Order: sequence, then structure tokens, then C-alpha cells
Amino acid sequence: MLYDALIAPFTEFEFMRRALAAVIALALGAAPIGVFLMLRRMSLVGDAMAHAILPGAAIGFLVSGLNLFAMTTGGLIAGFTVALLAGLVARNTELKEDASLATFYLVSLALGVTIVSIKGTNIDLLHVLFGNILAMDDQTLLVIAFNATITLVVMAIIYRPLVIECVDPVFLRTVSHAGAPAHLAFLALVVINLVNAFHALGTLLGVGLMILPAGIARFWSRDITGMICIAVASAILSGYVGMVLSFQTKIPSGPAIILVAAVLYVVSLLFGPVSGLVRQMFPGRHLEA
Amino acid sequence: MGVQLKFHNVTLGYDRHPAVHHLTGEVAAGALVAVIGPNGAGKSTLFRGVAGILKPLSGSIDLGGLDIRDIAYLPQSVDIDRSFPISVFDFVGTGLWRSIGFFGGMGKSVRDKITRALAAVGLNGFEGRSIGTLSGGQMQRLLFARVLLQDARLIVLDEPFNAIDTKTSADLLALVKRWHGEGRTVLAALHDMELVRDHFPETLLLARGPVAWGATAEVLTAENLMVALRMCEAFDESAAACSDDMPSQAA
Repeated sequence: MLYDALIAPFTEFEFMRRALAAVIALALGAAPIGVFLMLRRMSLVGDAMAHAILPGAAIGFLVSGLNLFAMTTGGLIAGFTVALLAGLVARNTELKEDASLATFYLVSLALGVTIVSIKGTNIDLLHVLFGNILAMDDQTLLVIAFNATITLVVMAIIYRPLVIECVDPVFLRTVSHAGAPAHLAFLALVVINLVNAFHALGTLLGVGLMILPAGIARFWSRDITGMICIAVASAILSGYVGMVLSFQTKIPSGPAIILVAAVLYVVSLLFGPVSGLVRQMFPGRHLEA
Repeated sequence: MGVQLKFHNVTLGYDRHPAVHHLTGEVAAGALVAVIGPNGAGKSTLFRGVAGILKPLSGSIDLGGLDIRDIAYLPQSVDIDRSFPISVFDFVGTGLWRSIGFFGGMGKSVRDKITRALAAVGLNGFEGRSIGTLSGGQMQRLLFARVLLQDARLIVLDEPFNAIDTKTSADLLALVKRWHGEGRTVLAALHDMELVRDHFPETLLLARGPVAWGATAEVLTAENLMVALRMCEAFDESAAACSDDMPSQAA
């Protein structure tokens, strides 16, 4: 019975196995990025970037229909353009990154909606907005795995400067010139992973696999390594349970995955050992020293 | 002894308004220099210029061939995100950036070095705590431990003894003197005249322009301090462009 519900779908159907592989690859790349977004107080930046990708994907879609490479390339170009422009404005003027990013992503989003509404059909639009992880071909899976690999390699390279820039940016500026390149590389990874997630979950929900696991991890660990591990694990778990749920019911896969993550989030918020609500209400007696 | 730091008619400032105006002079290698002056005199701005964070509006700062990594800069209001989940040990370890960089391993000798630096500032036993749990004085000790690990030829401390208790400042001052003894060049912005008189052989009195620079006893005269106090703090929004060939006030 339990086997039928939890394991059988994956042994019986190839598309489920493919989807599971995709969600694991996505989680490995997106969750660490999400942790850093959260620690840099940039969670909403991820959300904004997700909107910025839409016009690129839309143009790709208009040029060649539901074509994997056209839409990926379009999304990457749009995302990079917005990230780069916002980053340049923030580093060279008084305007902070959030404000400049908001400006550019709104322009991008307006363009995207305009493009889609001029030529697209509704069904295709739904696919762009929400994706469908259960209808994934081999090519898409390979692209996702490739992007996740790149993400992990680049993260390993920029990990130290990135951590130092989060804690003490002035210090990094006085000992190294790696701060700005590391920051730009990180923004590039955000874009790559959003484009990645958009194949599976769509442009709107793709960012969910970054942000929710990071939020969950914050309630379980005080240590950045621990946070990253927990974030990846909870992203994979959400993906797996979400897919099973979607398979057994009529819930679309994207929302199912994000809703499972939301349930994990609420549980963590209540029972997490680090500033969870229950722990705060019953903290135990204060210590001797 | 050679010259470590040379200011060539340097003007540093913000939005074209000078905060340090026409400073010319030299700091010998191994010197221990106190930089004093009223609030707004340009001490921090000068240090930001030395650390390479602020580009001079005109003139130049000659670092005597030092790479920026040979300079340890301890800013006044540190932009540290104390809520970031990093341990005291790892945070101090970032001071070793120059030797371990992006990928260098942290072997036993490196870990011992970090432990010794923490012990030198009296923070043994704090290794595993996250930096958010430290008090203001402990944080300052932590930052000194990091400067210690940076092993820099030139050390720039911006008001390092502000808002910390006597015990802590005495400990940290001992560290400053140890650096001086090791032949490093140390610049420190200070407000405590007693401390400057007792421990710093050389003093620069800054009031936007340099008022006096030399042996501490000769700089810290009542007359010089009065001149510094009269300095106008506000920028003049309608000020005309300064002609670059104007002679430095201290010349």
C-alpha cells in the first residue's frame, strides 16, 4: 500500500523517474543559492529576478515556440541584462541594489507581458508561467543537470569571498579585489538557477525552490554549512513529496512541490530549535552561566 | 629607515568637497603615528584613502610599493553583519586571506595560528561562538585578532579605543606597541590626548588641512589645538573650485 503510493510511481513510469532526477538536480543548485540570498537579505531579489526572466523566455517562445534552447537562452539573456544593469547602477551611484533592481525588473516584466499578450496563446502561457515537471524530456533534464553542475562548481570557487562579503564587505575590499567579481558571479548563478527552475516549475514558482528551503534551514541550524545541507535536503524532500502528491491527485506538479515546502516551512517555524515559536514560548529555565 | 607612506598634496573628499585638504608629508617605515583632530577633521577619510577605499580628489598617496593586502585597516563603524552565522574562529580566520586565499587549506599550523591570535586578545574559549553573541569590547578584541593575523606592514586603526573599557583598551594598546616593536608602521586615530602623549612618539593634528605634524610634544600645544578647534565643519555649498597649486597650509 505504502509502496504503491511512494515508490511504485517511480519504478513504473519513466517520466516520474526523470522528474525526480530533475528535482534533485534543481535542489542541489538552487537551495545553496537561496541560503546566500537569505543571508544577504536578498530573498526578494530572487523573486524580482524571476520576473525579469519572463520577457526573455517569452521572446524565445515567440521566435520558436516551446523550444528548450530558445527559451533558455532568452531567459538567460534577459536575466543577465537586468542583473548586470542593476549591479552596475548600484555599485557606481548612490542608488542601492534593491531600488535599481526593482526599476529594471519592472521594465522587463512589462515588456514580457506585452510580448506574450501580443502573440501567445493561453495554454502555452500557462506552461511558461507554471512549468510542468512531469512532462520533461531528456534534453531538458540534461540542461538542468548541466546548470546545477556549473552552479556547484562556481559556488565552490567563490564561496570564501562570498561569505566574507556577506559578513564584512569593507574588509573584503581592503584585502582583495574579488568582491565585485564574486558578487556578479553570484547574481549570474541566481539567473542560471531561475532559468533552470523555470523549466520545471515555471517562471513564477521557480524561485520557490530557492527561497523556501533557505527559510526552513534557518530554523534548524546556526551554522552556514548546516543551513546549506538542510536547505538542499528539504528542497529534495519537497520535490519528492510534491511529485507523489501531484501523481496521486489532480494538483499540478509545480504548486504541489511549493505547497509541500510551505508545510515544511510552517512545521519549522513552529518546532525549529533555532528561534522556532514553540521554543520561544517554552524556553526552559535560564542557565547558570 | 625608509619611507612607508608619502602624501603628495592629497585632497580626499566627497562630492568634490574636500574632507582632507592638501596634505603633504611622509610616514617613516616603522613609525607609530597618532592622528588627532576634532570630529569631522578628516581622520577617517584620510584612513579610507590609505586603505584604498576612497580615491583622492587630487594629489596622490604613495604606499611605498605596498599591495593593498599589506595594509590592515580597522574602520571605525564596522559594516559587519553580526547576524551572519559565522563562528569567532572562522571570522578571525578571514584575516589569513593573504596566505590562504580562495582555496588554501586550513591545516593544523593554520588552526594553531588562529587559536594563538585569539589567545593574544584574550578571547580563548570563544572559538565556537557566533559573532552575534559578542559584546562591543569583545568584538573589538576580535577585530584586533584579525589584524594580528593579517600580518600587515602598515596598520591603520580608526579610533580603536572608542567605547571600550580601560582593561580592554590597555590590552589592545599593548598589542599596538607590540606591532610597533616588530617594525610595522602603525597609524591610529585617537581622541585621548593623555594616551597619545604617553604612548605615541609622532602625531599628526588634522583639521581638514594639516595643522601640525611631528614629534608629539611639539604638536600637542594649546595653540595648535585651538587652531584645530576653529576649523569650520560644514561644507560650503557655493564654494568655488580650489586652485590646485594653492600651497599646503602646513608647508
